[in-house]
Amino acid sequence: MSVAKPLPHDAARLHVTGAARYVDDLPTPSNTLHLAFGMSEVAKGRITTMNLAEVKSAPGVVAVLTADDLPFANDVSPSIHDEPLLSDGTIHYLGQPVFVVVAETHLQARKAVRLAKITYAEETPILTIEEALAADSRFEEGPRIWAKGDVDQALSTAPHRIEGTINMGGQEHFYLEGQAALALPQEGGDMVVHSSTQHPTEIQHKVADALGMPMHAVRCEIRRMGGGFGGKESQGNALAVACAVAARATGRPCKMRYDRDDDMMITGKRHDFRIDYVVGFDDQGHLLGVDFTQITRCGWAQDLSLPVADRAMLHADNAYHLPAARITSHRLKTNTQSATAFRGFGGPQGVLGIERVMDHIAATLGLDPVVLRQRNYYAAMGGGGLSAPRAARPPEDISGQKKDYASDASDPLSGATEPDRKVDLDPPPQITPYKMPVTDFILHEMTEDLLKRSDYANRRKAVTDWNGEQPILKKGIAFSPVKFGISFTLTHLNQAGALVHVYQDGSVHMNHGGTEMGQGLFQKVAQVAAHRFGIDVSQVKITATDTGKVPNTSATAASSGSDLNGMAVANACDIIRDRIATCLAELHQTKTENIRFEDGHVHIGTEQITFAEAAATTYQNRVSLSATGFYKTPGLQWDRVKGEGTPFFYFAQGAAVTEVVIDTLTGENRILRTDILHDAGASLNPAIDIGQIEGGYVQGAGWLTTEELVWDKTGRLRTHAPSTYKIPACSDRPDIFNVALWDAPNPAQTIYRSKAVGEPPFMLGISAFLALSDAVSACGPNYPDLQAPATAEEVLNAVHRARG
Amino acid sequence: MDVTFLLNGETVELESAPTRTLLDWLREDRGLCGTKEGCNEGDCGACTVIVSDDQGTKALNACILFLPQLHGKAVRTVEGISGPEGQLHPVQEAMVTHHGSQCGFCTPGFVASMAAGHLNGRTDHDDVLAGNLCRCTGYAPIIRAAKAVETVPVPDWMAHDTPKVTPQPYAPESLDQLAAWYAAIPDATLIAGATDVGLWVTKQLRDLRKVAFLNRCAELRQIDIGDQDLHIGAAVTMTEALTVIREYHPSYAELIRRYGSEQVRNAATIGGNIANGSPIGDNPPALIALEATLHLRKGDVTRDIPIEDFFIDYGKQDRAPGELVTGVTLPNSAPALRCYKISKRFDQDISALCGCFNVTIAEGIVQTARIAFGGMAGIPHRAQAVEAALIGQAWTIETIRQAADRFAKDYTPLSDMRASADYRLTTAQNLLHRYFADLSGQATNVLEVTS
Repeated sequence: MSVAKPLPHDAARLHVTGAARYVDDLPTPSNTLHLAFGMSEVAKGRITTMNLAEVKSAPGVVAVLTADDLPFANDVSPSIHDEPLLSDGTIHYLGQPVFVVVAETHLQARKAVRLAKITYAEETPILTIEEALAADSRFEEGPRIWAKGDVDQALSTAPHRIEGTINMGGQEHFYLEGQAALALPQEGGDMVVHSSTQHPTEIQHKVADALGMPMHAVRCEIRRMGGGFGGKESQGNALAVACAVAARATGRPCKMRYDRDDDMMITGKRHDFRIDYVVGFDDQGHLLGVDFTQITRCGWAQDLSLPVADRAMLHADNAYHLPAARITSHRLKTNTQSATAFRGFGGPQGVLGIERVMDHIAATLGLDPVVLRQRNYYAAMGGGGLSAPRAARPPEDISGQKKDYASDASDPLSGATEPDRKVDLDPPPQITPYKMPVTDFILHEMTEDLLKRSDYANRRKAVTDWNGEQPILKKGIAFSPVKFGISFTLTHLNQAGALVHVYQDGSVHMNHGGTEMGQGLFQKVAQVAAHRFGIDVSQVKITATDTGKVPNTSATAASSGSDLNGMAVANACDIIRDRIATCLAELHQTKTENIRFEDGHVHIGTEQITFAEAAATTYQNRVSLSATGFYKTPGLQWDRVKGEGTPFFYFAQGAAVTEVVIDTLTGENRILRTDILHDAGASLNPAIDIGQIEGGYVQGAGWLTTEELVWDKTGRLRTHAPSTYKIPACSDRPDIFNVALWDAPNPAQTIYRSKAVGEPPFMLGISAFLALSDAVSACGPNYPDLQAPATAEEVLNAVHRARG
Repeated sequence: MDVTFLLNGETVELESAPTRTLLDWLREDRGLCGTKEGCNEGDCGACTVIVSDDQGTKALNACILFLPQLHGKAVRTVEGISGPEGQLHPVQEAMVTHHGSQCGFCTPGFVASMAAGHLNGRTDHDDVLAGNLCRCTGYAPIIRAAKAVETVPVPDWMAHDTPKVTPQPYAPESLDQLAAWYAAIPDATLIAGATDVGLWVTKQLRDLRKVAFLNRCAELRQIDIGDQDLHIGAAVTMTEALTVIREYHPSYAELIRRYGSEQVRNAATIGGNIANGSPIGDNPPALIALEATLHLRKGDVTRDIPIEDFFIDYGKQDRAPGELVTGVTLPNSAPALRCYKISKRFDQDISALCGCFNVTIAEGIVQTARIAFGGMAGIPHRAQAVEAALIGQAWTIETIRQAADRFAKDYTPLSDMRASADYRLTTAQNLLHRYFADLSGQATNVLEVTS
């Protein structure tokens, strides 16, 4: 059946023919206007004069709006209302929108912007971590501190103690489709907004506030984004609100898309971090205590920084049991772009912190870094049952196994609301630094499997031998695991709605609150819907996400899209299916248990009719074929201030081995081979999941290698276009790139026992960074102390440090 | 300007502003929205289209391609890559079956690059696709798709004609015409591939009114291979230059392979890369190391200068108003020439520094040395102190060590977003060591290492 098949992305044919429409491709009324922001040229200060006369008189300009022209809320913040759409006179960063031009064409709007004459009373900006710490410029009253056990005691009595620091840069999302929005004014002041957004409900909400209208007056629609990666969770608000306000002011449709340079200058990026660590361990490398200080630049507005920094803390353990730990998190306010959501949402930064610690301990003790990691893993999941090692299967083999699961009596959709965790209490499960028991840990088995698949032991020796013969080039090889917590840490976001219609011809119209940004969510959920009805997925129409159909949606984020929306759609489908079954059972004087939906048919005892006939019959008997579905993740409770509770439904896991080569004369480096084994549970669509893993890995490796954000001393971002900001290109992918799924069902009761896959593989890119560190270690006796991103320049610096 | 070209097989005749881009025209005027804008500067490839003329078929970035450049050519967009009955092109089919698209936004550009590569029988997929960025897939499934169709025949609908057109004054067909026009209008802008001038328009938003396009000037497009040297016309594209230079200077060719991307090399010209005087252009260091001669012409007056003399200071070249670069002549043999491009990313990246070494040794003693760098000063510049420290010395590691120290006399590089001054200087010194090791046959190139 439909679930578990490696079907292509639902829009693949539209993608390859250029027929897939993005916001900027939508046909627009001929009187549509185009917007561009005028941006601040200084990083901090006050606007003293603003002369926009030339802007207003430029060719094609219809209107120019400043903060004073906004009728209602001047606010595009997703959190604490600290983010004005247009500067209220105070400047917080270089690139901040100050005014907006409304013109007949996109190019006219861009040209007019440059005619502004603005003067500023400049103040000294706070740009760096050091400057922000010195000025105590931060969000929240002080650092968040979570602790487990007596860290100071553990550190003072540990046989070995080391300390260090790892700096890691931020990351530009570089979604290929820049931010875009289109507002179409409706009768009575209502507004329809097309927005390239991961969070249509928030667009609806912010637009309604900006127009002084209730949310019912605004409808937001999004069929697809050209990439999101977190960058369209909150960063689309400004464009949508600007378009809506301008559309209200002019009575004409308004569209805005950022030129790439503007996009990079205005929008937030991944948080950069400095993580200081002090760690105590024994002779075998067992961790005894670790004290992390995580310091991050949040930029000028709070945005999503608190949950991002929380998630960094939540992943300070990654896959390792920390008997005693203290994690201190500083969320610094700086005069830079507002750092925002980005795939992993702080998790990668937290994981890199502990992986760096592992690397440093291994180097200190002269232990194989893999062995060291295995020694410190959380205990294996108890009971054997679902944790038993299973060979990963190639995609084509999965469907048979999945079918059993789907028709199993313990069907995850049968109504249970509590997670079905098998917890072996003897010995009791180990707990995370935030006091959550780890009951589903499968990395022991996965690691053994991956080490075999990748021929790690032989290749490590081969690398060492090769390095012995090479004076200039050095190879490195490294392993890293990931254990990533799945759920929004703001518990109430873990809900989803769906709307499903079955038409009288048996075709199905499916809608849910998730958004499609390329991750294949719509395809996966359509496969779920088709499976529930026992029909081919081609019978299911995937439609644009629309706040008028499914209200109060959460952002498509936190890897949760298919977990939440898959369940909500299944719920809606089951309601309709049960109605059809009830109707047919009455007509055929049988019990509903005797009615089955499969192979495009409805089987009523020994009779069968097509699904279309069943739909028509149900309609003719005046039974509703439309239903809403709903789902909320069970079992979550979380106190983020204390840092205690069960913030996650389950953990997605994975591991990678990467081999690299470096040039010790220039620091140039590249990835030679990568082997990945990743846990997607019982995959809903193995092809899509493998795509997420390959793409996530390369994006993660990019973050830690070539992707460098550079601000100058005035706070101007100097890397604001692909000419200067280098995401991985085609030849940067590993020469040899083996990806396999660990195909075992999720012990938590998820949709068909699948696991979330969007973010976790991103962290496998850390193995590339560690491999570079390993290669540098071959150059000399000292710990390389490699910092991220490991550009050629940084690798060369590390070579010099290793040599001493 | 009157422009005539074929768009997906249909003749288009239009009156265009000089710098209206193909991308804007496709999307805004023709409603062909399959071709995407990703960066508007030729760095991401989302806007890739296929352009054919009597020279062949190639992929180009539509965002920095001005409509008048298309006069007499045939353009095929993603909409025209599918067959007339809506059949998928083999690369489209393969991209579907190999899961080569995720968000799909870069996909039309990939499809265009892949279809052009497929048509030309290319199997060097990493080079064909170096100018197409994808943020979703990690490229692996795209390469699987490209490999899967290597031997599949090109669909017949991909055949192209080019329209017969009449010469236009904005695109002179003879050098005499062009030189006279430019001498008369010295404040005009000459546009060859527009890979640089394109950004003046799309990013600096400059209005260029007086322009001439060089791509129809046959004399500027000539390559002459002599007994001793190669003459390359100023409007020869880097793709065309690569083909000939590969025969004579493999290391320089490897530099060009990494110059820009397929789409950029298909448009960019060697003359443009020299004439714009950029301190980080990749051709000048190689040409200086080769002791190339630059040819200039103003009106009827021509002159030849050593190419290094062309670069006077940052933003200042030895070129009079109304004078144009017509070509460059370089020796066709320099077995010791090595060119090293250092950048954050291997492909489609501007050099942090680019060092070219050409040292001749006889009986263990350095006879001649020409070493030139880009990215180390305001202009492409020779390392004369280093050269002096080498000439007449024994070709040994001690000599290299001592000479390498002299780079600090030759260069005072800057720090910027590509690299720090320290890195530039240290790496320049190390590249001399690499050169020594390279000539002695040691492994020095990470691109040649396998797992």
